Amino acid sequence: MKPAVLEVRDLRVHYHTSRGAVRAVDGVGFDVGEEERFGLVGESGSGKSTIALALLRLIRPPGRIEGGRIALDGVDVMGLSEEEMRRARLAKVALVAQGAMNSLNPVLRVNEQIRDALRDHGVRLSARAFEERVGGLLESVGLRREVGGMFPHELSGGMKQRVCIAVAMSLRPKLIIADEPTSALDVVVQWQIMDTLRRVQEELGAAVILIGHDMGLMAQAVDRLGVMYAGKLVEVVAVRDLFRRPLHPYSQLLIGSLTSLDRKSEPRGIPGLPPSLLDPPTGCPFHPRCPYAMDRCRREAPALLEHAPGHLAACHLYPREEVA
Amino acid sequence: MTADYVAKRFGMFLVIVWLAATVNFFLPRIGGQDPVREKLIQQAAIGGNVQAGLEDMVAEYDAKFGLNTPLWRQYVAYVADMARFDFNYSIANYPRRVLDMIGEALPWTVGLLLTTTLFSWVIGGLLGAFLGWPRSPKFLQFLMPPLLALNAIPFFLLGLVLIYVLAFRLRLFPLSGGYTAGSFPALTPAFIGNVLSHSVLPALSIVLVSIGGWALGMRAMIVTTQGEDYVTYADAKGLKGRTIFLRYAVRNALLPQTTALALVLGQLISGAVLVEVIFSYPGIGTVLYKAIRGSDFYLVQGIVFILIVAIGVATFALDLLYPLLDPRISYRRA
Amino acid sequence: MAGAVPVWTAQKRPRERGGRQEAAVATLGYVRRNPSLLVGSLFLLALLLFVVVGYLTVDPSEASPLSVRSLQPPSADLPFGSDKQGRNLYAVMVVGTPLTLRIGLFAGLLGVGLGASLAFVAGYYGGHVDNVIKAIVDVGLTIPGLLILIIIGMKAREGLSVNQMALVVGALAWLYPARTIRSQVITLKQRGYVQIARLSGMGGPEVIVRELLPNLLPYLGASLVGSVSAAVLASIGLEVLGLGPFEAPTLGMTLYWVNYNAAIVNGWWWWWVPPIVVIAVLFVGLFLVAVGLDEVANPRVRNRV
Repeated sequence: MKPAVLEVRDLRVHYHTSRGAVRAVDGVGFDVGEEERFGLVGESGSGKSTIALALLRLIRPPGRIEGGRIALDGVDVMGLSEEEMRRARLAKVALVAQGAMNSLNPVLRVNEQIRDALRDHGVRLSARAFEERVGGLLESVGLRREVGGMFPHELSGGMKQRVCIAVAMSLRPKLIIADEPTSALDVVVQWQIMDTLRRVQEELGAAVILIGHDMGLMAQAVDRLGVMYAGKLVEVVAVRDLFRRPLHPYSQLLIGSLTSLDRKSEPRGIPGLPPSLLDPPTGCPFHPRCPYAMDRCRREAPALLEHAPGHLAACHLYPREEVA
Repeated sequence: MTADYVAKRFGMFLVIVWLAATVNFFLPRIGGQDPVREKLIQQAAIGGNVQAGLEDMVAEYDAKFGLNTPLWRQYVAYVADMARFDFNYSIANYPRRVLDMIGEALPWTVGLLLTTTLFSWVIGGLLGAFLGWPRSPKFLQFLMPPLLALNAIPFFLLGLVLIYVLAFRLRLFPLSGGYTAGSFPALTPAFIGNVLSHSVLPALSIVLVSIGGWALGMRAMIVTTQGEDYVTYADAKGLKGRTIFLRYAVRNALLPQTTALALVLGQLISGAVLVEVIFSYPGIGTVLYKAIRGSDFYLVQGIVFILIVAIGVATFALDLLYPLLDPRISYRRA
Repeated sequence: MAGAVPVWTAQKRPRERGGRQEAAVATLGYVRRNPSLLVGSLFLLALLLFVVVGYLTVDPSEASPLSVRSLQPPSADLPFGSDKQGRNLYAVMVVGTPLTLRIGLFAGLLGVGLGASLAFVAGYYGGHVDNVIKAIVDVGLTIPGLLILIIIGMKAREGLSVNQMALVVGALAWLYPARTIRSQVITLKQRGYVQIARLSGMGGPEVIVRELLPNLLPYLGASLVGSVSAAVLASIGLEVLGLGPFEAPTLGMTLYWVNYNAAIVNGWWWWWVPPIVVIAVLFVGLFLVAVGLDEVANPRVRNRV
């Protein structure tokens, strides 16, 4: 693997409610290499979107980053001042928000919104030069220049998401986080957006973290996958190996449900409900739904260990001695 | 903005005015009696020589609106009068015409209300925007309880307190009226100063109360925009706090705030009637009060009609301005 | 963000299984988080207490003219003094406060009852019914109610009685509730459980009564409080303009006499301070209760107002 652009260690994010802390992200660690496409997959509520916001340090009360280390391009993100962090957003790490979100300000024209972003990051250009730059950005995501003069409500969902990708690439960041960028879009548009994202990434030489729940889409789009369950990473592995030999029972069930049903569906067919993060089960959080649960699973939380080169899993089924 | 949109809004304006006129016509006639005629006759009976013209008025009234003319014909005659802004004579102040009396009072009311409304809309909006913005200084939150309390109190109640404290006790401002009795209205600095010092207290009682309302409304809107995706995403884009505040939060919160301005304008005029009454301010409200006490039906009807037309005009104007603020409007209706 | 939200907003109030004590603790805890409701209710309770104690300590008939010496400042005998026509102002407040409240409550109930009925029909059935009702409400709201009320009030030459006043004010009080409740109904109609009820063959009236109404109760409560407040304001406005019940010592009529006799510039402060204080306490109390109920109805804005 190439040197890491992003290193996350023991990240913990809690939402503080009147009934106690919700451990949305509970000790997550992973690396993303240069120009790598890394995927985070899991059910809704598993903490994957919270990770996206935490990486940008955008967790707002009642949420709080309780601990952990985030190093972006060798810089300790947690140690930055508010203003330094603000400048790092978009310039170093950019977010493409969920496709279903109204990410664009309804009362500003598209080019004004892109211009705002450039200007607040110290880009000083003449009106003509701005126009030229915004036009170029729009063209590189497959939009006509005239789109710049339009309001968000005049664009289709796919076009809006392309605008967001144009904004994300505007300052050539090292890392682009795409949080379910194709949710709520038509299947055809989904693939177009994924394609655009891939082209932009290749052009910039940036790394991408793709967050989603659609295993099928993920398998095509990323090099490596992290499987999230109840705020924890339960398996991290190259996509090919995950499909060839999934270790964690949850991953196995995810893949099983994918091949038995149609490929676009959200993981289903796993018996039981996701656990409450307010009062998580003791031991391994998956044990109440796990077909192979043992006594040890109820008592002791398994650590994320390397069971084969580049293949990490957190499960007591694979005692470290045996595999390694 | 399209012609279609303008036409629709103008149609709405006409409907409001027509409805107002109709209500004005039918309400006093419910129950068969005709209070206008009765008052006319009563006034003519006690009037003697001075009000000799009233006899003619009764005759004219009977021809136009008398109980022996069919109702629809009365209605048509009435609507025709209204359309020409012909409100007839004031019964209590014959032979003065209703339209002239309204014309005299209207500048006072418009001057007072326009300034105070716009002033409190701007100040209250700014205050509320800062109150709703999480990065504002914390001490601002102490303004909330007084704003809440002020917002809940009617204008004229505060007016009474202001008269007592600032005018009667401290003698800082005149007790009542629009200008000192006996001074000659002219565009001299002295007279303008006189008018301004008379308008401070009525203005203050309107401003203080409405600032609270605007601030609370704006604050709620800003808090709502915090939850909008585009504000979260603006943060993710690394925009400066100032940019997000002004161009994302405030800019969007301005839309409902402007709609509210149009709606509240109606409430404000009726609320301010009482302010004028307690300050004996020479505007529409005081004229209305005197007309009610003198059972001057023509005058009351004329004022009600004019006020509703004014509200209709204001709503229409805001309807035309709104697409400039919200690009989605003209698009949807086009 | 999206990751954690479903988990912690899905909690129900802990009342479901716990005993009465637990419920009491939960209620107490909630009141602490919703101080507007508490403070507002205390204001209104204080007014109520004043009226009850008042009825026990003063002869209500002294609220009529010529019962005591006129224009007396407060003293041991006349704690609030008396007005120019010889009313005991303490008795006036004790009798007038519930009278004004009665107008507000009656008009408010009428307004919300009528408004909610129209809103449920318009919001639930939609279509032409909705269009017609919405148009009427939109136009009606543009016209200031007070002006219409003035026209009606002038029709009654001797001034309106307390009950007529309530009726007249209530006749216009349904517009605003109709508008706001309608939009709530439309939002609620989209919810899954309402859709399921409709698909399972429940008729319109049944869905409205069994599914919509219970879920809108806190909202209807807030709406009622708001309407009562607006009705009191309108009635006081009419009274100050001289269109009120001349024989009744309501709060608004007291202010009418204050204004009529220029009590302020004559230095008779005891005449106007009590009605102003009572009206202020009433409005602030009603407003806070409405804000508090709004928080109950929309928990999302909780802790923010």
